[in-house]
Amino acid sequence: MSARGGGDEVPIAADADVVRVRQLVRARAQAAGLGLVDLTKVVTAASELARNTLVHGGGGTARVEAVAGTTAGGRPRSGVRAVFVDAGPGIPDVRAALQDGWSSGTGLGLGLSGARRLVDEFDLTSGVGSGTRVVVVKWGR
Amino acid sequence: MSVESWGAVLAEHQADLQASWLAEVAPPLAGRVTRQELERDGRELFGALAAGAAVSGSFSDGAYDELRAVLTELSRSRARQGLTPSETATSVFAVKTAFLRAPGVQPDAAFVALSQFVDELGLFTFEVYVEARERVIGEQSEQLLELSTPVVKLWDGVVAVPLVGTLDSARTQVVMEKLLQSLVDTGSEHAIIDITGVPAVDTQVAQHLLKTILAARLMGAECQISGISPQIAQTIVALGIDFGEIRTRATLADALVHALRSTGADVVRGAGAPARTGR
Ligand SMILES: Nc1ncnc2c1ncn2[C@@H]1O[C@H](COP(=O)(O)OP(=O)(O)OP(=O)(O)O)[C@@H](O)[C@H]1O
Ligand SMILES: [Mg+2]
Repeated sequence: MSARGGGDEVPIAADADVVRVRQLVRARAQAAGLGLVDLTKVVTAASELARNTLVHGGGGTARVEAVAGTTAGGRPRSGVRAVFVDAGPGIPDVRAALQDGWSSGTGLGLGLSGARRLVDEFDLTSGVGSGTRVVVVKWGR
Repeated sequence: MSVESWGAVLAEHQADLQASWLAEVAPPLAGRVTRQELERDGRELFGALAAGAAVSGSFSDGAYDELRAVLTELSRSRARQGLTPSETATSVFAVKTAFLRAPGVQPDAAFVALSQFVDELGLFTFEVYVEARERVIGEQSEQLLELSTPVVKLWDGVVAVPLVGTLDSARTQVVMEKLLQSLVDTGSEHAIIDITGVPAVDTQVAQHLLKTILAARLMGAECQISGISPQIAQTIVALGIDFGEIRTRATLADALVHALRSTGADVVRGAGAPARTGR
């Protein structure tokens, strides 16, 4: 898998930035040829992760870029990758946080676990006191 | 070249200047602006420039009113044709190039290079500035759209709110409060939230919907959600959001029929409608 360059980095510091991340992901996913269902899924996942970055991580950044790769069968495919980074408090218990319905606040607790189901690749690294980084990839069919 | 002398060059070689201007601007705009249009632009541009130059060397002078009008029209039509600010401004900078190529003009090479370089700096700044402005305007219009979401009375006892655009916490809250208030104001027992115009439903939007429906229920009203597209339905399921006992309908029309039936109204097809066979 390779990044095709031309990625965009957006700060996430306010509600309006979550909207901007969503629009950026939508545009990139459209350019990568994702269908309406996959497009809606990855936009929704990005919305969840951007809001977590804002609400739980105290703000951070999102990087959105086009990616190219190959399927298991060797067919070329393109997709979109989004990377969310914050230097917030981190997640003490990642296993719990990834469980449906687990929230440290008053949310539904479905953002993280739901986002994982909505994308093709999901990678979360978090350390208490050192922040959180989530990378997601969604491929076109 | 002094001010008087560029006026003189123009007076003497206008046709040549126009031709080299055209040669400069046409290739990058090929296929987007027609050649006839560019020829006309060149004629008007150099015509107005010559008329002004015959009177004054200062662009702020009234002698250049006509040139300003030509430039205004040129900018507007380029914008409508979807050209970038740089592409538009390049048509003006090409005037300089045309002069430098005019017969008898011997420009200082170093100065020409510097001048072109600074033009590029200017264009770059201009481009970034316009982009930033457009983003501000885009955000504002989006916010307006969201704020203007109306609650409409569809029928006696039935109110609906068509949600459009991206929903964010504060705005969703406003819309939902408006909906609950209108249930009270109109004494309605049915509310329909139509999400046809919502591109994505995430947990936050879902939570607002669920809370509103619960609140409506506590007020003795029934609330339906309509306009759930297939892609949003699949996303909601994958997210794990449970809409449980909430009535969802594919279209606003379906939701309205249901609401009318439960208010006791008869919903029948008129005589003019085609008869339906079977069920
Ligand atoms: N970037 C982050 N930094 C710190 N903690 C986080 C971060 N992202 C998630 N968490 C923790 O993981 C929990 C689960 O996240 P998740 O998005 O699933 O639920 P939520 O945000 O609480 O509610 P919602 O369903 O509305 O998203 C959060 O409550 C929070 O404690
Ligand atoms: Mg969340």
